[in-house]
Amino acid sequence: MSEFAVFLGPVLAAMLTAATPLLFAALGELVVEKSGVLNLGVEGMMLAGAVIGFMVAASTGSSTLGFIAAAVAGLVMGALFGVLTLGLLANQVATGLALTLFGVGLSALVGQGWVGRPIADVPELRIPGLTDLPVIGPALFGQDALVYLGLAMVPAVHWFLFSTRAGLVLRAVGENHAAAHALGYKVARIRFLAVLFGGAMSGIAGAYLSLDYTPMWAENMTAGRGWIALALVVFATWKPGRVLLGAWLFGGVTIAQLHVQGHGFAVPAQLLSMLPYLATILVLVAISRDVARIRLNAPACLGKVFHPDG
Amino acid sequence: MSLIRLEPRGHASRAMVYLTPVLAVALTLASGFLLFLALGFDPVKALHAFFIQPVSTARGLGELVVKATPLVLIGVGLAIGFRANVWNIGAEGQLTLGAIVGGGIGLAFYGDGGWWVLPLMVLGGVAGGMAWAAIPAWLKLRFNASEILTSLMLTYVALLLLNYLINGPYRDPEGFAFPESRMFEPYATLPHLIQGTRVHLGSLFALLAVAGGWVLMSRTFIGFQIRVIGLTPAAAGYAGFNEKRIVWLTLLLSGGLAGLAGLGEVAGPIGQITPSVSPGYGFTAIIVAFLGRLHPVGILLAGLLMALSFIGGEAAQIALGLPKAITGVFQGMLLFFLLACDVLIRYRVRFGARRAAA
Repeated sequence: MSEFAVFLGPVLAAMLTAATPLLFAALGELVVEKSGVLNLGVEGMMLAGAVIGFMVAASTGSSTLGFIAAAVAGLVMGALFGVLTLGLLANQVATGLALTLFGVGLSALVGQGWVGRPIADVPELRIPGLTDLPVIGPALFGQDALVYLGLAMVPAVHWFLFSTRAGLVLRAVGENHAAAHALGYKVARIRFLAVLFGGAMSGIAGAYLSLDYTPMWAENMTAGRGWIALALVVFATWKPGRVLLGAWLFGGVTIAQLHVQGHGFAVPAQLLSMLPYLATILVLVAISRDVARIRLNAPACLGKVFHPDG
Repeated sequence: MSLIRLEPRGHASRAMVYLTPVLAVALTLASGFLLFLALGFDPVKALHAFFIQPVSTARGLGELVVKATPLVLIGVGLAIGFRANVWNIGAEGQLTLGAIVGGGIGLAFYGDGGWWVLPLMVLGGVAGGMAWAAIPAWLKLRFNASEILTSLMLTYVALLLLNYLINGPYRDPEGFAFPESRMFEPYATLPHLIQGTRVHLGSLFALLAVAGGWVLMSRTFIGFQIRVIGLTPAAAGYAGFNEKRIVWLTLLLSGGLAGLAGLGEVAGPIGQITPSVSPGYGFTAIIVAFLGRLHPVGILLAGLLMALSFIGGEAAQIALGLPKAITGVFQGMLLFFLLACDVLIRYRVRFGARRAAA
């Protein structure tokens, strides 16, 4: 096998792993935004999922229970956001920021005794035959279940949004809440459910970092991935398939930067670590400059407060 | 039919605008009581250690002012932007750049400077923060990119840049491998204003910012334009207000003030450049701006209150062994309660079924 192929396999595998948390968080936020709600608290919900998932997995020894607990933690954080913005009609931008600030503090408080503790790795799935394929075998068929679940969520979310009645209603609420309300749909209830889904997905994304990617708990360990996920939704122009593309792109940038560091190039590590953030700005700029396209694809009621009496 | 309904008020309630922050603080304290109880502390003792003990001495009050200084400086700037719907949430990064540029000037003239170094550092701090905020402004106006996301991404870049500099060019050549710069020369540090405390010249800048912010927003045509753009962008368009200019102005202003706050930290209480210039002042200032009702005088009061949450957190860490993160929990809760209570400004809470329309 050529030297390049030996190099490519692990890189491909690492890219898929690095993309997974972004995929979960961005798909969740995509559904939320499609319903017309802008939740900037992804980072906070991810941290809640990361710490709770880690604590449950470390105490029970079951990573499955950890992921379930993380989803519930994210869901509870989402519910908090939903009560404030949909029940009490608070400004969504400010509430999302509050959720992130709160999540950073609360997760650090709750997880203070758990910093640096080891945890059993999430086992990789082996698919007989496929996993043993050269180069791409371990990369594509030797990952843990969450990587595949993340990939499966892409067509699932697409199918839900564009091929089911519920998805149609959700999009209608996001495009024109007044019209949807006039047709008798419960705008606030539908949006609340979308926000809960987004919270659960963010929670899983966070737990993937603390249970699998790192695997350990550290304060603020999401390091801006929640915000990158938010940017990915814009990059994807609110289309699930493109979220996958964006997540891979970022997985690729993250891994490329780690490999350059690992190979001892004479570039300071801190400057290389800037790459994912700079790349986020770059793709955001590349997509946003086409104003017509953003206007065409963005849910028309995104971020707007709805009250039936006006 | 739900039992609790929100009924729109004809006009926003003026009384509630001032009442809800007080209500939010009360609810936060009540929740803090329960939180300490849940963590197994005597809540009365814990709240006393958190909120009263730290400011019961002159030195403690001085620390309150020291911590409030960057919060007020940044909060005033951010609030002006928020009024115009310009969401600069990257003040932490702009603060960091202020420390990098202004502090860098202090290091560059180390050993052969004079009285003129400090003014240069102050200008450098402002310019650094402005330059960092100019990037999201340009990206927003030229490419339509959301300033929320770009300013936040730039915060991570700024923190990494600081980390690089402090491990490289800025590192004290005589330091023992610690990632810290030299201590600034006396002529390169902000003079103290009150003996026996660490209150420095930066606090005076903060008061000037409050006064300047008030004049700008309440007494000038630009302030009027900012408010109109924020409330009804369409009307501002018909009136021919230059929205681009307002975006530039608000971002440069908030960035410059954040940069000044960053310089004030390194040339003030810290006295050198370290890897952690700020414990999150740039983010807390967002809460300060909202709690202060986006009004400069309100921000002054809110800044002092949030400063208390920082020194309270430090005191609780020492006295009760609580983690520092409890500060963030209190700050997040306060903003939540404020946003929740703000519903009372525009709506009445009604119990029972809807009455027939009159």
